[in-house]
Amino acid sequence: MYALRRFAVRRSRQFEWVYQRLESLLVSLDPLLSKLGYARLERPVAAVERVTKGLLFDCKMCGQCVLSSTGMSCPMNCPKQLRNGPCGGVRPGGFCEVKPDMRCVWVEAWDGASRMKHGDKIGVVLPPVDRRLEGSSAWLRASRERVQQLTEATEANRTALARTYPEARASAPTSAPLTEETRKEGAAR
Amino acid sequence: MSMFYSDPNAIRPYEPIPEGHKAGSVLERTLRAGEFAVTSELNPPDSADPEDVFAAAKPLAEVTDAINATDASGANCHMSSIGICSLLTRTGHGSVYQISCRDRNRIAIQGDVLGAAAMGVRNVLCLTGDDVGAGDQPGAKPVFDLDSVSLIRLIKTMRDEGRFLSGREIAKPPRLFIGAAENPCVDPVDYRADRLAKKVEAGADFIQTNYIFDIPRFERFMERVRDMGLDKRVFILAGVGPLASAKAARWMRSNVPGIHIPDSVIDRLAKAEKPGDEGRRICVELIQQVKDIAGVSGVHIMAYRREHLVADILREAGIARPQKQSA
Repeated sequence: MYALRRFAVRRSRQFEWVYQRLESLLVSLDPLLSKLGYARLERPVAAVERVTKGLLFDCKMCGQCVLSSTGMSCPMNCPKQLRNGPCGGVRPGGFCEVKPDMRCVWVEAWDGASRMKHGDKIGVVLPPVDRRLEGSSAWLRASRERVQQLTEATEANRTALARTYPEARASAPTSAPLTEETRKEGAAR
Repeated sequence: MSMFYSDPNAIRPYEPIPEGHKAGSVLERTLRAGEFAVTSELNPPDSADPEDVFAAAKPLAEVTDAINATDASGANCHMSSIGICSLLTRTGHGSVYQISCRDRNRIAIQGDVLGAAAMGVRNVLCLTGDDVGAGDQPGAKPVFDLDSVSLIRLIKTMRDEGRFLSGREIAKPPRLFIGAAENPCVDPVDYRADRLAKKVEAGADFIQTNYIFDIPRFERFMERVRDMGLDKRVFILAGVGPLASAKAARWMRSNVPGIHIPDSVIDRLAKAEKPGDEGRRICVELIQQVKDIAGVSGVHIMAYRREHLVADILREAGIARPQKQSA
């Protein structure tokens, strides 16, 4: 909902805090979640996420949530789905080129980031979205990726995408996940 | 045309690049030598005839370091940028291959980058692209798989690390001088320098800005750019262009995304007896003004359908153009 979405940006500092707590909680719950099985949790958690984030942020379930790097303004609401800042077509007063009645998602993002403790994360170069992850739970992914980052720091060197966008891997691991490197026999030649 | 169109069959091998250069293009050499660079935009033909490209390039070729070939700008369909740039390599003239994220996904773009480099193209400009709704085929599917910033990093990775985004190795990496755009005079004006910083961080070597008609606004932007030390890390070419009339300026302002023209400029055109000459004079003045701003390394002239004026504008602005050897 547009009004709630803008409210979340105005309260970006508080939402950042909530999100940090949520992430720490999920990371600390990793042993339990692993035992229950991430695959089994995927559908119910994704369903909860779809409802709550949909209401608060107009979440599009890209599966690679970067709200804490974008001032709590979801970049997937940008008609061009830009992940790294506004385009050159922003209208006077900060309105969207494509939807003139909507505030530019990235004008909102920079505004939200200015109130956040780690607002400078907005400067990190984010990779393109992995479209295979659409519809999946970003919360569970955040937990798994962060745990992986904490326990196996060297793991980040394994895949190409995380290497290409290392700052994104460090600051928002969900955005640059460790997906298997594709080395298909035929394709390599 | 034969003088201009040298050897149609000459495919040159991938030449080694000069020490300290990324691509060795004329544009890069000019900028690294500390000379004032000039680029200009070519009006892409709605035609399959190479002669139409050479005719469009002719008024620009002798007075610029590189000719930008737009990639369906304004989401209007014309001959492709990669086609135009490939043709221009045959004439020996430098070109800037513009890549918009609107029409192609990462698979298509990475392939085209290799193809362009193999054809001898040495400069690219990474753009987000106007929305499909702005163009002549608004029913098209907008792609936007990448954005301008992730595209810059992608090409830098192909060039400097010799691999695709998948991690697969590239036997002979493309040597490209990587450009990006910035629009300093439109909202959010307070964050435009931060966005530029992100593009520099992603790997941009040079910047071509959108039209500058508002010098005070541009000066404030450049002040921030200098405060952040960005002018030491990237070459900035200020975008300028001659306006045809007050009516044309008003039309551009309300119909072309991302164009800021102050009322004072439009008033000047409206009061002028010959608005075309006045538009040219304004452009000359703008070049002289941006030239004196610290951190500006050149100009990018966008003279849509007025390309024949570019040489005169440069002469009147006092920009001397030494004859460049082709590369």
